[in-house]
Amino acid sequence: MDSTERYLVGVYDDDEEVLHAVTEVKSNGVKIEEVYTPFPIHGLDVAIGHPRTRIPIAAFLFGCLGLVCIFSLINYTMVFDWPMIIGGKDFFALPDWIPVSFEGTVLFTAFGMVGTFLVSNSLWPGKQPRTFDLRSTDDKFIMAINMSNNKKSEAEIESILRASGAVEVNVKQF
Amino acid sequence: MAGHSHFSPSNVEEHFEFTAEGRKRVIYAFIAGVVALIVGIFLLSRGEHDAAHAVAEHGAEHGEHLSGGAAAHHGGYDWTNRIWANLWLNGVFFTGIAVIGMFFVSIQYLAKAGWSSVVKRIPEAFPIFLYVTFPILLLTFLFKGDVIFHWMHHGITDPSSEHYDKIIAGKSGYLNQPFFLIRMVAFFVLWIVLWRWLRKKSLEEDLNGGTENFYSMVKIATGFIVLMGISSSMSAWDWVMSIDTHWFSTMFGWYMFSSWHVTGLATITLTVLLLKDKGYMQYVNFNHLHDLGKFMFAFSIFWTYVWFAQFLLIYYANFPEETIYFLERWEGHNKIYKATEILNVFFNFFFPFLIMMTRDAKRTPIFLKICCAFIIVGHYLDFYQMIMPGTVGPHGGYGLVEFGMVTVFASAFIYLVSNELTKASLVAKNHPFLEEALHHDI
Repeated sequence: MDSTERYLVGVYDDDEEVLHAVTEVKSNGVKIEEVYTPFPIHGLDVAIGHPRTRIPIAAFLFGCLGLVCIFSLINYTMVFDWPMIIGGKDFFALPDWIPVSFEGTVLFTAFGMVGTFLVSNSLWPGKQPRTFDLRSTDDKFIMAINMSNNKKSEAEIESILRASGAVEVNVKQF
Repeated sequence: MAGHSHFSPSNVEEHFEFTAEGRKRVIYAFIAGVVALIVGIFLLSRGEHDAAHAVAEHGAEHGEHLSGGAAAHHGGYDWTNRIWANLWLNGVFFTGIAVIGMFFVSIQYLAKAGWSSVVKRIPEAFPIFLYVTFPILLLTFLFKGDVIFHWMHHGITDPSSEHYDKIIAGKSGYLNQPFFLIRMVAFFVLWIVLWRWLRKKSLEEDLNGGTENFYSMVKIATGFIVLMGISSSMSAWDWVMSIDTHWFSTMFGWYMFSSWHVTGLATITLTVLLLKDKGYMQYVNFNHLHDLGKFMFAFSIFWTYVWFAQFLLIYYANFPEETIYFLERWEGHNKIYKATEILNVFFNFFFPFLIMMTRDAKRTPIFLKICCAFIIVGHYLDFYQMIMPGTVGPHGGYGLVEFGMVTVFASAFIYLVSNELTKASLVAKNHPFLEEALHHDI
């Protein structure tokens, strides 16, 4: 993160308003970084045009990894390292292993997904949160626009934001 | 977005028309099934005599008493037994699909779910088929019960008889003809009565609107869920598990219920998709299909879970009287059931699991249809392997009798359900949550 990231922050009063504003601002050729709201707004992610999350792919891969790891562990301990006869079964007693392999798959998937989520959102311990406007946790709807992603001038974007219903437009630097 | 669109009840009504052309096709399928069945029975009557002899000797040689199914009975095997076993198999299988229609609607009402109000008329029509399977199961039990159930054999509970069987005599407090009949009649009557009651309220809602009918339906649904909790388990013990009279499994009620449930869900989804192809169900969007797909995906896994849990416990404990059930299906009867066992897992777990895993697959009608087909065929095979080894044993197989019988049942089911669908609007237009369903978005 370089220290000169400059944002224009539009503040809206109403959920319906911010939803329409997103479409309007976008149609004026302004790229929206993110919208922060006190509660989830239906259809907002579609309106902003965020691509769908790829976390299911990560989940699948972590699941496969978990299956392989746990299966290898059981195979190593039960067949190669210290073979034991349990219940008169073969050393390689596949049905017995399924519950453990399943649990291992689930464990790896769950931890893997959480880890991926935290890393991809840069949420590591000690990370200072970026708050564009504290009121987005109360009663305001905040639209953040990254100036380095937009070619338009600040004055232009500010007028677009105001025209779309923003009650305030602030500048925020990180 | 929500709150912006307005609709009046009159423009959401949709009436399914069961055209003369459609009726004709279903009737032709029915006739084809009957012809296949008759040819199959004819072939069976010609071909069985020699084969039966050879296999009977083979069985005796190896002392295959197995898990105590009627086929293992000391008495003779008659070639017609396979017909009655097929009748029972399809009767139980289609009873399941019919009753799961009511169960699905009940769950939706109990959970006060909104999304399903655009599709609920389809499962709501399914239980009409109980009127067909009830007499079939009842008459088969009354007249040919001893062919299917080992515990009904003459003298089996009589200590002085040569056929006396101590294990079965010990179970006769529960497994006796009058009590069995009481349970069967009670379940069917209660299912039908509750369904008719719910259906009546549902149709009244179309006329009158308001929320009064909705709340009565929630109450009926609650009652039905309680009934289903008891009756699904008990009918599994009675109609299927008691075929292999010596054997028992505490997982069996869940196992058969899960098989019924996922088949019912696949049938609902397939019906919705086929109606959509015909231009009906225009209010069903990809989000509703996604939900139905999730249901099928989840309950395929649930079936696998129960099926595997039952297997694992028996495998691990390794009691001869329990493992015989799987041994019979895997290695018994000249291994004729082995292929079915393998297909069972592939059709009901691997295919649905891999096909339906992604979000996109659940939103793509062709994938859903393929998956529905796998599930319905797969669970027919599941019921086949539950019922056939115990009833016909080494005389089983996939012939024209099986094919004809299932075609007859399926075409009758399609005809009656289609006919029932014409009796009400396909969209429950006064359902209190209809607006929510129309904006369903996940």
